Amino acid sequence: MTNELDIFVGNTTLIDEDVYRLWLDGYSVSDAVARRVRSGILEQTGATAAVLQSDTMDHYRTFHMLERLLHAPPKLLHQLIFQIPPSRQALLIERYYAFDEAFVREVLGKKLSKGTKKDLDDISTKTGITLKSCRRQFDNFKRVFKVVEEMRGSLVDNIQQHFLLSDRLSRDYAAIVFFANNRFETGKKKLQYLSFGDFAFCAELMIQNWTLGAVGEAPTNPDSQVDDMDVDLDKEFLQDLKELKVLVADKDLLDLHKSLVCTALRGKLSVFSEMEANFKPPASGAEDRTPRIPAPQNLSRGLVNVAAKLIHNKDVRDLFVDLIEKFVEPCRSDHWPLNDVRLFLNQYSASVHSLDGFRHQTLWDRYMGTLRGCLLRLYHD
Amino acid sequence: MPGKLKVKIVAGRHLPVMDRASDLTDAFVEVKFGNTTFKTDVYLKSLNPQWNSEWFKFEVDDEDLQDEPLQITVLDHDTYSANDAIGKVYIDIDPLLYSEAATVISGWFPIYDTIHGIRGEINVIVKVDLFNDLNRFRQSSCGVKFFCTTSIPKCYRAVIIHGFVEELVVNEDPEYQWIDRIRTPRASNEARQRLISLMSGELQRKIGLKVLEMRGNAVVGYLQCFDLEGESGLVVRAIGTACTLDKLSSPAAFLPACNSPSKEMKEIPFNEDPNPNTHSSGPSTPLKNQTYSFSPSKSYSRQSSSSDTDLSLTPKTGMGSGSAGKEGGPFKALLRQQTQSALEQREFPFFTLTAFPPGFLVHVGGVVSARSVKLLDRIHNPDEPETRDAWWAEIRQEIKSHAKALGCHAVVGYSESTSICEEVCILSASGTAAVLNPRFLQDGTVEGCLEQRLEENLPVGCGFCHIPYDELNMPFPAHLTYCYNCRKQKVPDVLFTTIDLPTDAAVVGKGCLIQARLCRLKKKAQAEANATAISNLLPFMEYEVHTQLMNKLKLKGMNALFGLRIQITVGENMLMGLASATGVYLAALPTPGGIQIAGKTPNDGSYEQHISHMQKKINDTIAKNKELYEINPPEISEEVIGSPIPEPRQRSRLLRSQSESSDEVIELDLSHGKKDAFVLEIDDTDAMEDVHSLLTDVPPPSGFYSCNTEIMPGINNWTSEIQMFTSVRVIRLSSLNLTNQALNKNFNDLCENLLKSLYFKLRSMIPCCLCHVNFTVSLPEDELIQVTVTAVAITFDKNQALQTIKTHVEKSLQRASTDNEELLQFPLELCSDSLPPHPFPPAKEHLESASSNSGIPAAQRATSVDYSSFADRCSSWIELIKLKAQTIRRGSIKTTVTVEKASPVAEGNFRNRSAPPCANSTVGVVKMTPLSFIPGAKITKYLGIINMFFIRETTSLREEGGVSGFLHAFIAEVFAMVRAHVAALGGNAVVSYIMKQCVFMENPNKNQAQCLINVSGDAVVFVRESDLEVISTQQPTANCQPLCTGGEVTT
Repeated sequence: MTNELDIFVGNTTLIDEDVYRLWLDGYSVSDAVARRVRSGILEQTGATAAVLQSDTMDHYRTFHMLERLLHAPPKLLHQLIFQIPPSRQALLIERYYAFDEAFVREVLGKKLSKGTKKDLDDISTKTGITLKSCRRQFDNFKRVFKVVEEMRGSLVDNIQQHFLLSDRLSRDYAAIVFFANNRFETGKKKLQYLSFGDFAFCAELMIQNWTLGAVGEAPTNPDSQVDDMDVDLDKEFLQDLKELKVLVADKDLLDLHKSLVCTALRGKLSVFSEMEANFKPPASGAEDRTPRIPAPQNLSRGLVNVAAKLIHNKDVRDLFVDLIEKFVEPCRSDHWPLNDVRLFLNQYSASVHSLDGFRHQTLWDRYMGTLRGCLLRLYHD
Repeated sequence: MPGKLKVKIVAGRHLPVMDRASDLTDAFVEVKFGNTTFKTDVYLKSLNPQWNSEWFKFEVDDEDLQDEPLQITVLDHDTYSANDAIGKVYIDIDPLLYSEAATVISGWFPIYDTIHGIRGEINVIVKVDLFNDLNRFRQSSCGVKFFCTTSIPKCYRAVIIHGFVEELVVNEDPEYQWIDRIRTPRASNEARQRLISLMSGELQRKIGLKVLEMRGNAVVGYLQCFDLEGESGLVVRAIGTACTLDKLSSPAAFLPACNSPSKEMKEIPFNEDPNPNTHSSGPSTPLKNQTYSFSPSKSYSRQSSSSDTDLSLTPKTGMGSGSAGKEGGPFKALLRQQTQSALEQREFPFFTLTAFPPGFLVHVGGVVSARSVKLLDRIHNPDEPETRDAWWAEIRQEIKSHAKALGCHAVVGYSESTSICEEVCILSASGTAAVLNPRFLQDGTVEGCLEQRLEENLPVGCGFCHIPYDELNMPFPAHLTYCYNCRKQKVPDVLFTTIDLPTDAAVVGKGCLIQARLCRLKKKAQAEANATAISNLLPFMEYEVHTQLMNKLKLKGMNALFGLRIQITVGENMLMGLASATGVYLAALPTPGGIQIAGKTPNDGSYEQHISHMQKKINDTIAKNKELYEINPPEISEEVIGSPIPEPRQRSRLLRSQSESSDEVIELDLSHGKKDAFVLEIDDTDAMEDVHSLLTDVPPPSGFYSCNTEIMPGINNWTSEIQMFTSVRVIRLSSLNLTNQALNKNFNDLCENLLKSLYFKLRSMIPCCLCHVNFTVSLPEDELIQVTVTAVAITFDKNQALQTIKTHVEKSLQRASTDNEELLQFPLELCSDSLPPHPFPPAKEHLESASSNSGIPAAQRATSVDYSSFADRCSSWIELIKLKAQTIRRGSIKTTVTVEKASPVAEGNFRNRSAPPCANSTVGVVKMTPLSFIPGAKITKYLGIINMFFIRETTSLREEGGVSGFLHAFIAEVFAMVRAHVAALGGNAVVSYIMKQCVFMENPNKNQAQCLINVSGDAVVFVRESDLEVISTQQPTANCQPLCTGGEVTT
């Protein structure tokens, strides 16, 4: 006796959250059944393995039919075939678009192309996430990217509107789209310690301040006619960043900046001397008291140089590598506590306002305001 | 020109891509009604076209309005080649023709294609302007309301219940026409869908006409079925109960029919026969019966019939009074006469209702059923469907005579069904013989005084259990006792019915679903040989089904079955029997005895041991079941029950019948008083199997109950959380071990596993009850068995349930004690062993009678019912009980009645289901339920009947997920289309929903499959009881749709 056909259709579509998770995780029906058996559900309910098998098949079939609609979530809301309570619809969508941290770290900043898709095999092996699940997550990224890429208006709002995701998830997707579009390098070994949350945080700051969309609201450019785009960095802004070079090129300005910072922070910083030593190249005065650092660093120069280089696409991609190399690593090797980093960065940014000879205050704030937030987030073990 | 139909095509959405190059569609719409077609403009390059068309107006007869569906076709415009069809929408505009139903149909309809399924949606508005038509000879029956609900619809009052209406229309099946060889599957499917839609419209109109002739204004319990007879054609038939209904909201508005003199009633065309006692009032065309009998149509008739009781009971007027108790006697007689006069005017005093207004049902006799095996042949003239008419008339005649045998004038809970395999067709009809209160049957004639006295005298909650037949002249052996409730009248020991449990019935504990399942192998044969083989098998099957039901009922510790439905399905090489019913413990009926097993070879020690082991298991099961279903009837003191019967004559007579039994077990029985038990003789492996199968039925997991009636006795605190579902399973039997036993086991496993799966799937709804569980079995191919289940799961509040049980028991205890002094308990039962042991006439004789039957003209035959029913009498219930007397002896064992309270149901919350509803959905929730009500809500309006027929076909079965994927998607689509139609009518629920047909055919080798589904129900507007007050203060006519979308969270 074999079941040729075995279906269950409810007027209200039954959704089993546990089975949905197994399906999303890419398990085959038999694997899913095995996992459910192990979860002890048979003992709880007194069901048999055959019942479980049939139930799992049914749910899988339903999910398979729903998948087409999940690709365009507003369709799920308007379709008539499956009667699903709104709360359940939201759950279906949210879970479908949820992703694994391990997976997103692998593809974050990569081009969402066929080439990357081919690497999914390796990612699957590396992360232990099933290939099916990898594909779904990758396709989700790509689908969201395609839809919102060319769209005007707030990236997060666009995602929320077209995919009906929660605020949190929409923000994450905004970060993914933003990273994919700007191709930020996130895979280097140095960056491995960073979580997706770290990058998403940075992405949000950058979207808010460094993109064309941000310009629209900026009081400096009220007449700007450029598209309200959240995905691309503001080229004009990147161009202007070169002007900041004066902060390290002009020795007087540099010294003044340093003294302002040092005066304000004296006694407040546990790593004051290291800070003082690193503010500018050792050649310019202070003796090197940190022999552990291979090459003498200059925090200020590093930060300003990063800014100046951002006009080149290549350097935009390496932004996070640069930030780690030029700022996070030196500080970390000197064992700066996070609070000291914060005090330093605040003072460092604020002091510029007292530099009479410096004309690019707004530019500096736009740059440093964001960078300060990013650096603080990136500064951890 | 009595009507103007207006249609506006507003917009489309989610259309499929028809032009691969642009990934878009150039869509336009054709609107067709009758022979008139309108077109919208082409809306270029869009998947969401906004046509916003003008109003297309059709000026049509109301006859056409009733018959024709509105046909909307969405097409993709193609400049160079033929336009491609995207899909169609058929809209039945019937609901717009009643004054009180929907006024407009407006909403999003799924665009359906028989090959691709649903392809987007279209927004349509439909209105009808009706002009009053004073033509008396009109062919239309606009204004007659139809309800699938098998009780008086909730917001109406029954003024008169007129009675049975039936009609059938036949046609050639387009699938079997010569043209089908050259047209596409799509064209063929659409032709079929359209034809059936037309035929249902015509049928409904014709039934409506009959209702108007009877001066009714509505049909309740309308059941329409299709017989796909293959080569020989397509039959659409319907039965229903004509009523005059009065809307409750308008109390003063009495309909004219209500006050009309009874004379009018006599003008009913059915009642032309002046002599109510003859059975000869054939079908409405009596002359044609003559021709029928000589026509070459091969009619293989094996009529099962009630029994010889037809003979003994022909003077039916006399039989009623004798059985009555002291007081009830004269009333019963009077009542009987009244009812009889009311009913005998009718050709068939049948009622498709299963639930009745209070006081309507006076007594219930038992289940009556009849089956007949016919050979199909081509329907030669579709306009003269008299062959099929005659077949049904025969069966109905038989049912009527069975009811008479039971001392009843009417049959309630009546239904008809067919099972077709190749050219063999089994026609079945069943119902419950009953005595009805004439008050509802005709107007004015029965005046208040009788009724009032009747109501005073009829004890609440047990009256319907009292036997309607003559106790001294019983139609079948039964064990009568005095009613445990009122102590005044006689009741049988078990009661089987096809109706719902009357609301006022006194019940102990909860009920449960009881099923008997059976398979019988049959040799493959052709035509007559095949029909003969089936005829010969039928009585055996019915007998076994009954035995199983009886045993399972005993095992559950219950004494009555409600909602009994026996389905016999015929296949190429087997017959399947499936009986479903809801077992309950009626407080009025005696406590059922246990089951005792008797071995054949008592000397064998180990065998003895085995037997006693089994016995223990059975006893344990009974005890467990009693606890599970909370069956703890008030322990009526034995001494009270044992008090002698004061009527010596009766007693002696009964004793005499007792003394005829010579069995030792019976003697023993007497010593133990009233408690009787079944003795199962295990004399061969078969019986062993039976006992095993009894014990293998697993009770539902804790927190679950199931029944196939509308309501579950013992549970009355439903929450509003409901989930209707359909589940289909098909198993393939391995052809190697096809023995009856293996087959039975397979079938049993199939059903049990299906139930287990349901319990598992719905576990998040615990505590819950599966109501109206409806199993349908079909045998699509040699080795395939298909089981389709539709039911609704309703969550209930556990705590309240226990409370009501308690109060109920207390109440009945009280009642018992007050009645103590005058308790006239009857200690002895009529013994069954003494009855004639001739259950199965030899097959040959049987066949002869069958063939001779077919030769007798119908009219004549009707008069000779007695003869024909003699031929094979073993298949009715009555007869079966008699049979049982032979094999199942009544013994006695002391069954302990557990008085302790049932253990509380285990906590079954696997997950919280209190997710807050979001408000962003645009699609309103439409509830579907097979029940006639929605728990926690009040139905405020009936919008009309939903009756839809769909065909779905695929030539890419694998790509659509195999058979399961294909059917899963199709059923989901059918639900969606039903919901869309209800929503467009302005409704928010379908009640009395039923999937009448689900015919599935596959050809995996060709990667093809086809499925036909027919569903029906009543579209309604309901308002949550909690919202009711708010509404009434605001605006009484407010559409409650938004209200209902808020609260629905069904997990």
